[in-house]
Amino acid sequence: MKKIYTRPNALKDTHFHYCPGCGHGIINRIIAEVIDELGLRGKAICVAPAGCGMLIYNYLDIDTLESAHGRGAAVATGIKRVLPENLIFSYQGDGDLAAIGTAEGFHAANRGELITVIFVNNGVYGMTGGQMAPTTLKEQITTTTPSGRNPVNAGYPVKVCEVFSVLDGTSYLERVAVSSPANIKKTKKAIIKAFQHQLNRTGFSLVEILSPCPTNWKMSPLEAFKWIDEVMTKQFPLGVIKEVK
Amino acid sequence: MLIKTIFSGFGGQGVLSMGYTLANTAMHEGKYVTYLPSYGVEVRGGTANCTVVISDEEIASPVASEPEFVVAMNQLSFVRFQSILQSGGLLLVNSSLVNTSSARGDIEIISVPTSELAEKLGQIKVANMVMLGAFIKATSIVSFDFLIDHLAEILGEGKSKLIQLNKDALETGYNFIKE
Amino acid sequence: MKRLMSGNAAVGEAAILSGCTCYFGYPITPQNELTEYMAKRMPESGGIFIQAESEIAAINMVLGASVAGARAMTSSSSPGISLKQEGISYLAADELPAVIVNMVRGGPGMGNISPAQSDYMQATRGGGHGDYKTIVLAPSSVQELADIVPVAFDLADMYRNPVIILGDGMLGQMMEPVEFEHIKKTKDYPKDYILTGAENRPSRMVRSLLFDTKEEEEHNWKLFRKFQRIENNEIRYETYLVEDAELVVIAYGIAARIAKGAIKRLRQESIKAGLLRPITLWPFPYKQIRELAKTINDFFVFEMSTGQMVEDVKLSLEGRGHISFYGRPGGVIPTPIEIARIISRHYYKSQKVRKS
Repeated sequence: MKKIYTRPNALKDTHFHYCPGCGHGIINRIIAEVIDELGLRGKAICVAPAGCGMLIYNYLDIDTLESAHGRGAAVATGIKRVLPENLIFSYQGDGDLAAIGTAEGFHAANRGELITVIFVNNGVYGMTGGQMAPTTLKEQITTTTPSGRNPVNAGYPVKVCEVFSVLDGTSYLERVAVSSPANIKKTKKAIIKAFQHQLNRTGFSLVEILSPCPTNWKMSPLEAFKWIDEVMTKQFPLGVIKEVK
Repeated sequence: MLIKTIFSGFGGQGVLSMGYTLANTAMHEGKYVTYLPSYGVEVRGGTANCTVVISDEEIASPVASEPEFVVAMNQLSFVRFQSILQSGGLLLVNSSLVNTSSARGDIEIISVPTSELAEKLGQIKVANMVMLGAFIKATSIVSFDFLIDHLAEILGEGKSKLIQLNKDALETGYNFIKE
Repeated sequence: MKRLMSGNAAVGEAAILSGCTCYFGYPITPQNELTEYMAKRMPESGGIFIQAESEIAAINMVLGASVAGARAMTSSSSPGISLKQEGISYLAADELPAVIVNMVRGGPGMGNISPAQSDYMQATRGGGHGDYKTIVLAPSSVQELADIVPVAFDLADMYRNPVIILGDGMLGQMMEPVEFEHIKKTKDYPKDYILTGAENRPSRMVRSLLFDTKEEEEHNWKLFRKFQRIENNEIRYETYLVEDAELVVIAYGIAARIAKGAIKRLRQESIKAGLLRPITLWPFPYKQIRELAKTINDFFVFEMSTGQMVEDVKLSLEGRGHISFYGRPGGVIPTPIEIARIISRHYYKSQKVRKS
């Protein structure tokens, strides 16, 4: 019998402990598949963030460093400059990259650091209990925007890819979602593309992934997928935002 | 021997480079030295001073309590530093810019019209080296011949084109002071 | 051959000779000459230089370079060092080596750009959050500053812990003759913890998050035992004229130089003063100071702060002897004659007390 589905080598033999319907498990697996397919297990180093995403080091069977909240891009810079032949990627949430780590991400991108940021955008601070993130939508209810995000007080949802696209150091920026099998395939392609940009030394690469957080969105997993496609993508349109050939 | 000197003036008058040149000469002669610049937000126009300590033995403090010598390139420095000069100390003044009348009778004041002397060389910028030449003649703190012989080395990179000019300036100041 | 060099530049040259291949900095007075020196010399020597977007980014780049196996350094001055504390805490938690230079300036807040010693507590008590220590080295001359750099890198690698070189604005800016001939990387330390990609070996993980309280407690005790080893093995200090002293001045860094100048004057007046200069501020020479109290009753602490190390001197003496303190905070540089007068007044007063 032909084996058509198996655990990637870059994934540890363990269960994911993410909430039901969480996107992190899907994204972790995609990364592991890409590492296998590109033969990068011995070269890849992951910089994990603070937040739910940090648990990635329990699942990826590659060298991993856990960085302080928001500092992933700076730490990845340090590693990459010492090990230019390795594949270095940081895995960062929306609070991590677009709030506390704005300076580190922005300037790593601006320097054209040859690193890849896997940017998981689920519009909330997950691990701390569903507070407003910089990417929370207008009028979206969170524990710190109980009557909905009001831009007058809380500002607007940050479009990271669009902001980074004007920086000369960036070479590949794409926004994808893990809301359907088709979108998951596109996410995998985007990560492959971003890693290739790093390995080809073209410039800084980032894949923004719209990802469900049913627990904090107070939705069922299915409702959450639908919400990404119908609501979230209106503020965060999918597609390649920038590609330097 | 332990000799403390304060060089002082406006920023831009070459006060720090005077001190550095003296310290570097003394080091090349094999003496113990410390060079302590004052530093601030001003680059030009503000006050600048530095303390150079030269000794035959290890130097305890780079900070000078009561200097033996003061070089004052402007009025403000003249007023400020004459008061901390040791009794019997020597004060070299840039008389081109400074009114040299002093209330202190226990110090020796030597006036050097550095601007005029430097202008004769066609370059006002070397007024500091004119003063340094005069200072070395008046104090014998380092060997003048040693400085002239090793000038390129002591002034360091970047000043190689200006060796002759600096030499002329040092000699002008040195010869200005009579035995 | 000796070179007349500023303390800042001397640190840079010594770091490169000690095998430092990564420097990450951010401008702040009075340590800019070090960043500028590295900007020029690092590329010449095949190393890495980045002017980071902030002190926070710089210390995190150091962490990244360290976890990748390189000898890495950053430098700053007081306000910038406060920003680095987050990263220093993570370095200590992750047990990663790094060297951090602090050319201390007047504070708190923006303070000023003049030399001060007001970051003693921050440096010797860890500085960031959590139960940890950093090794703190406090040289007092430009040559000692250069000499201590390879020591700092060795201690960092030996104990896998951040090491602070605590200077001040004066030490960074002043120039003295320095020799570098003897400064070199002497040893390669085994680095079985670094991340290089899991090629033909199990994957590694470097982290400080330990949700399991038992695990975190064990990690804390493990660090504690390491800090005990450091306390037992790494204390450094210098004494000057203590053999016949009736009064011992305790001062570190540039203040100790000023104190030495004062002691030379006092000796001319036949006041038998001596000096103990801690070179490691953590671990602190508690025992050595306590030992002095067997024969000496009078201790005089001088700091360019309102009194921080004096607390460690009190801890050393455990109630023995008499301690007086003189401080000049805020960037003021006192002269040896000022310190000599203060000590001399104090000395005659305590003589009178002794006689009555």
